[in-house]
Amino acid sequence: MRHLLSTEDLDKAEAIRILDTAEEMAAVSEREVKKLPVLRGRTVVNLFFEDSTRTRISFEAAAKRLSADVINFAAKGSSVSKGESLKDTAQTLEAMGADAVVIRHWASGAPARLATSDWIDAAVVNAGDGTHEHPTQALLDAFTMRRNWARVNGTGSAGTDLAGMKVAVVGDVLHSRVARSNLWLLRTLGADVTLVAPPTLLPVGVEHWPCTVSYDLDETLAGGPDAVMMLRVQGERMNAAFFPSTREYSRRWGFDDRRLAALDAAGAKETIIMHPGPMNRGLEISAAAADSPRSTVLQQVRNGVSVRMAALYLLLSGDSTPAAPTQEATR
Amino acid sequence: MSTAPETSAAYLIRGAAIGGGDRTDLLVRDGIIAETGTGVSASGAEVIDADGLVALPGLVDLHTHLREPGREDAETVETGSRAAALGGYTAVHAMANSSPVADTAGVVEQVFTLGQKAGWTDVRPVGAVTVGLAGERLAELGAMADSRARVRVFSDDGMCVHDPILMRRALEYVKAFDGVIAQHAQEPRLTDGAQMNEGAVSAVLGMTGWPAVAEESIIARDVLLAQHVDSRLHVCHVSTAGSVEIIRWAKQRGIKVTAEVTPHHLWLTDELVRSYDPVYKVNPPLRTDEDVKALRAGLADGTIDIVGTDHAPHPSEAKECEWAQAAMGMTGLETALSVVQHTMVESGLVGWDDVARVMSTAPAGIGQLAGHGQPLETGSAANITLVDPAARWQVDPQRMATKGRNSPFAGRELPGRVVATFYRGHPTVLDGALNTPLTSEGA
Ligand SMILES: [Zn+2]
Repeated sequence: MRHLLSTEDLDKAEAIRILDTAEEMAAVSEREVKKLPVLRGRTVVNLFFEDSTRTRISFEAAAKRLSADVINFAAKGSSVSKGESLKDTAQTLEAMGADAVVIRHWASGAPARLATSDWIDAAVVNAGDGTHEHPTQALLDAFTMRRNWARVNGTGSAGTDLAGMKVAVVGDVLHSRVARSNLWLLRTLGADVTLVAPPTLLPVGVEHWPCTVSYDLDETLAGGPDAVMMLRVQGERMNAAFFPSTREYSRRWGFDDRRLAALDAAGAKETIIMHPGPMNRGLEISAAAADSPRSTVLQQVRNGVSVRMAALYLLLSGDSTPAAPTQEATR
Repeated sequence: MSTAPETSAAYLIRGAAIGGGDRTDLLVRDGIIAETGTGVSASGAEVIDADGLVALPGLVDLHTHLREPGREDAETVETGSRAAALGGYTAVHAMANSSPVADTAGVVEQVFTLGQKAGWTDVRPVGAVTVGLAGERLAELGAMADSRARVRVFSDDGMCVHDPILMRRALEYVKAFDGVIAQHAQEPRLTDGAQMNEGAVSAVLGMTGWPAVAEESIIARDVLLAQHVDSRLHVCHVSTAGSVEIIRWAKQRGIKVTAEVTPHHLWLTDELVRSYDPVYKVNPPLRTDEDVKALRAGLADGTIDIVGTDHAPHPSEAKECEWAQAAMGMTGLETALSVVQHTMVESGLVGWDDVARVMSTAPAGIGQLAGHGQPLETGSAANITLVDPAARWQVDPQRMATKGRNSPFAGRELPGRVVATFYRGHPTVLDGALNTPLTSEGA
């Protein structure tokens, strides 16, 4: 793996290798000494053209636990926002000896542009680009689902996929990089995906996607999904006529208390509720749903660090055996 | 009429296939085709062996961005004219979106004069329809028509004349001097922030879509307006299958509409955007394979009248960036004929006589250019392009005459090479390389 740009181009073996490596990283994170020496002397740059404190902190924690040097480059409010080009920024980072660039950008395709140009040699990790993809988010979501799915099936999670799992992804699919990355990865891992959204918030072309599309959340919930992933919805979308009002949106597509009760009543006790955060409580998810035992929101955050450790390790160590960090850790 | 030394020279083009048909000799002297036939005597003329070459009337581009005045870093009239000559063009229409905008007699005369001074090709300025391309009030169309540049084609290209009443008035007003409105058909509200064709690929890439309906709805409106006021409409760079259908319908009803397609829309599709390489960013965007097929069929059956390059050079920094930040546009003058050969001739859809029609005769007619697009026969102006259809070459933007390096065909092997271009009897291109410009003031 040279770069991590999208889940669309991850094959099943690669995906499972990342998830299995993340399991080993998670084991490390539960130790008293959480640090591994594997990336000592390597430099990871967090290049953020868009504010996202939670994603940056997660990557920073992951890199530090692997003993890498971390440089945070907030391109917002720096020379970059004063007209310096992506090319010049990339070449600057190259000159500073960056081994990996974790890039968050408001423009779809910016990480791919960085990776395929000859501006920089470093490994590129897409930390979310425009409305395109957010592969590490999808990997941490899959990691979370896989653990729960293994628990339901009474197995261990290492080496397994998500075959037979039913996942509903609900909300603003059109503008969601999380939805795209999740769909490709979940399909690769064998899950069945239903996208639930108002017709205005689905892209033209969604009919070609390998999933079921529904406008009706209640109908989808009645089908007994194993996981329901609620996407963040920006209230301002109503100003561009994507939906009439936030209240109407919540009634039709929000995971509210009524739907939580319906899930309980239907006896779907293993169904988990996921959210990539940050949540708009009261809009796409009610407080009761967000705080219920079904909610995996905090697990997702925790797993994010393990998955990002795995990604950085696999990209930078040049060592393809996932067992290596464990051996290091046992010293 | 003075005769400069260059134009007084005579050239005997021996054995060229006229429009791909019979092999004929063409004697070029004093800016005209003095004699045609077989076994024409050289009588002191320089002989050009045209065995195996196709002779076309000099190509005419109705859609060129020369960038001067204002963006001389991207292109100048001089560099763009050189590119035109190398591409086989003897006339180009310079679009109005310069800085300042070509919306006054002064600016169009400036561009016209720069073209004459360069001497590589006729440069016919296109006048803006509205002041500053702002779409608010009409530019002085009559003054531009009466100017030395004799403007007949008016366009806000780059912007759509989207206000229906303004479009109606423009169509009506240019009837006074037999002008034509060339519309860049793009409904602005439906394309706010648009980055690429809206469809299967944009859905995956997460890019704001430029839907076909944004083009088709404007064309549908405009052909009905043209019918209502009985005026001439030209549709720039048609890019969708639906647009071809609407234009076909309009022509069947006798509406005076002509249409243009670019070389890149005859070949490339939005699948290329998956690379996120902004060299493929263009407006209107690259569409789907189905659209490409419909455009080729429309050009072959005459629904689409002409090929216009939409040559749009940009400095490298405008493309060495994120897709969303990049400028829209591709160069085209030096690849157009080869791309048409590849997409239309070698696919068996048209012959070389049709190439002459869509790249010379028809655009000259729409632009009302005297001396261009004439049949290659005795007495015609000696605007002639000689093509070697058997040649193959690899596109290298670094070696082009245009300042723009933004060719979407970079690295591809293309058929057909322009061997010579005669502009008013003077060879601006010989042996596939630039020769000398025509400097005669009297030409
Ligand atoms: Zn245009």
